Amino acid sequence: MSRSPGEPLLQVEGLRTWFPIKRGLLQRTTGHVQAVTDVDLEIAPASTLALVGESGCGKTTVGRSILRLTPAQAGRVSFEGVDLMKLSEAKLRGYRRHIQIIFQDPMASLNPRMRVRDSVAEGMRSFGIGRDEADRTERVKALFGKVQLDPGHIWRYPHEFSGGQRQRICIARALAVEPRLIVCDEAVSALDVSIQAQILNLLSDLQRDLGIAYLFITHDLGVVRYLADRVAVMYLGRIVEAGTTEQIFSRPRHPYTRALLAAAPSMDPDIRGEAPPVVGDVPSPSDPPSGCPFHPRCPEAMEQCERELPPVRQDAEGRVVCFLDSVVAPGAAESADPTGGEEFA
Amino acid sequence: MESYIVSNWVVGLLLAGGAGLAWLVRRSRMWSQAFRDIWRRRRLALGLVALYVVVALLDSVAWVGGVHPGEDAVAKHQARSVIDRFFADSQERSYSAPLAETEFYGGSALRKPGSHLLGTDLIGRDVLYLSLKGARVALLIGGLTSLLAIPLALLFGVPAGYFGGRLDDVVFFVMSTLASMPGLLLLIALIMVLGKSTLAICFALAITGWVGFCRVSRGETLKLRELEYVSAARALGVSEARILVRHIVPNLMHLVIITFVLMFSGLVLSEAILSWLGIGVDGSWGQMIDQARNELSRDPVVWWNVSAAGVALFGLILAVNFVGDALRDALDPRTAREAE
Repeated sequence: MSRSPGEPLLQVEGLRTWFPIKRGLLQRTTGHVQAVTDVDLEIAPASTLALVGESGCGKTTVGRSILRLTPAQAGRVSFEGVDLMKLSEAKLRGYRRHIQIIFQDPMASLNPRMRVRDSVAEGMRSFGIGRDEADRTERVKALFGKVQLDPGHIWRYPHEFSGGQRQRICIARALAVEPRLIVCDEAVSALDVSIQAQILNLLSDLQRDLGIAYLFITHDLGVVRYLADRVAVMYLGRIVEAGTTEQIFSRPRHPYTRALLAAAPSMDPDIRGEAPPVVGDVPSPSDPPSGCPFHPRCPEAMEQCERELPPVRQDAEGRVVCFLDSVVAPGAAESADPTGGEEFA
Repeated sequence: MESYIVSNWVVGLLLAGGAGLAWLVRRSRMWSQAFRDIWRRRRLALGLVALYVVVALLDSVAWVGGVHPGEDAVAKHQARSVIDRFFADSQERSYSAPLAETEFYGGSALRKPGSHLLGTDLIGRDVLYLSLKGARVALLIGGLTSLLAIPLALLFGVPAGYFGGRLDDVVFFVMSTLASMPGLLLLIALIMVLGKSTLAICFALAITGWVGFCRVSRGETLKLRELEYVSAARALGVSEARILVRHIVPNLMHLVIITFVLMFSGLVLSEAILSWLGIGVDGSWGQMIDQARNELSRDPVVWWNVSAAGVALFGLILAVNFVGDALRDALDPRTAREAE
């Protein structure tokens, strides 16, 4: 059901996921943890978008909200033109098949009381893939081959596998329902570096062979550089910069992106220490700073940054939310609405 | 149907269930590992529990007729268990001390001198016989009540924890209300309403006993529902009911087993307390202890009746607790190795 060729597979607009803070006897809502605010993303078919940022910046919540595992307050998540946020639970079930998720912790991602064959076949069962159980068993064996596991091991329990093997099983479980998009939520962060490389190679092979798109949520910039076509940088629940991988790494425009790149360990002494490191901690998402959320830590903060949210500047290179950039190239900025524009849901 | 036929069927089902369970334990690496652990550490306690179970089963298999040729018509039509038949000929007239040759008061000769290992009671029944019969009552109270209370707790606790919201509020309200009433008073009130049958007492104990485990299962479900394999199942379009049955409840099973063991011994003790208040089950150890109130004030003291019941009760509770303790160690993921 693919439409015009230039159309993104997944388009997220104005996604907002806030968690109410309830206090007191009557459980009145006294505030919100603003995990995700006005996030816009686009993923083209068979491409990889990396979502990067520090811990607690809302990356994971974006992934979970796209799958509606965590309910969002507002925004559109259109998958091939259909807004998933507006679907009923029953209708959504049909779309679940197209978007799958792989989690960070391979120990917690598999039910310890289920044989891995049953874990992998569960999605097939629920979507009616395969004629009968025997057919599904054959499919699980084939999937095990595809993720480079021994098909003879399908009747084992999760604790009989290593972390890397379990992550392969999780990939097989996601692949079992033939998805178009896989959200990889820190999918390799918990693994040893050598295993990470194997899993990343596996993921990129699968993308090449099956045309799967990835939303790759990570804090590891090395992984991003290796795997991603495009990168979105998140800070305190907002996207501060987005662009191609090449652009983000060679010409970062937002001060936060520059700081993030500078903080990443590098083997090349010339690259080291170009930008000043960011000081202090991430502010609380339940009480974010006024104006630009990054201004208390920004080495280049101006008076203006404290008062108002910078405009979103979109051009051929990508997108950046910073006054600095709009000063460099005035006129092209469109105004950003700090309340988040239209509200859905 | 006659009650002894039902009882025979229950024994048959229990044996079949036990055989099935043994087969499952053998098949599952985790459970057979846990069993081996317990056997290694607590074989005495496990053996003692098994002994109680065997006695209770022997007392549950009953049939009519075939005791003596010269019995009256009523006795001929009474069903007697294996234990009953073994002690069929042990009736005396009154108290006699363990292994005594004569009656305790008066000193007239016994019908079967020296054959009463633990003596006889006020109306001449063999105390060993009564103690053995008590095992069936104790296991019935502990087992049946747990079988009522634990599913009840899961039925309310798991959905409350998983779905949250209004359902959780309602369940929590019911739990808090029940927990706020004094347990013993509620028990007495329920038994007065339901009657004093064994079944009614089990039911009353279950009503007052499910709250604790309901709270535990709700809390554990709250933890489990946030786990990533539950999220993955939701992303795979698995229905909520199936998630509960396949992903939540199986991961509560170690708690269920531990609770069963601990609840069991608690219930046997509760029955003893109820008997002390005169609303216990006929033929229980609690009742034997209750009768000791008068016996201990006699001169010379009649001590064997209360001692036999006390030791039998103590032995069962201690053995079950030891087994439960070992079971918890074997099943708790924090103390177990990779054998999860």
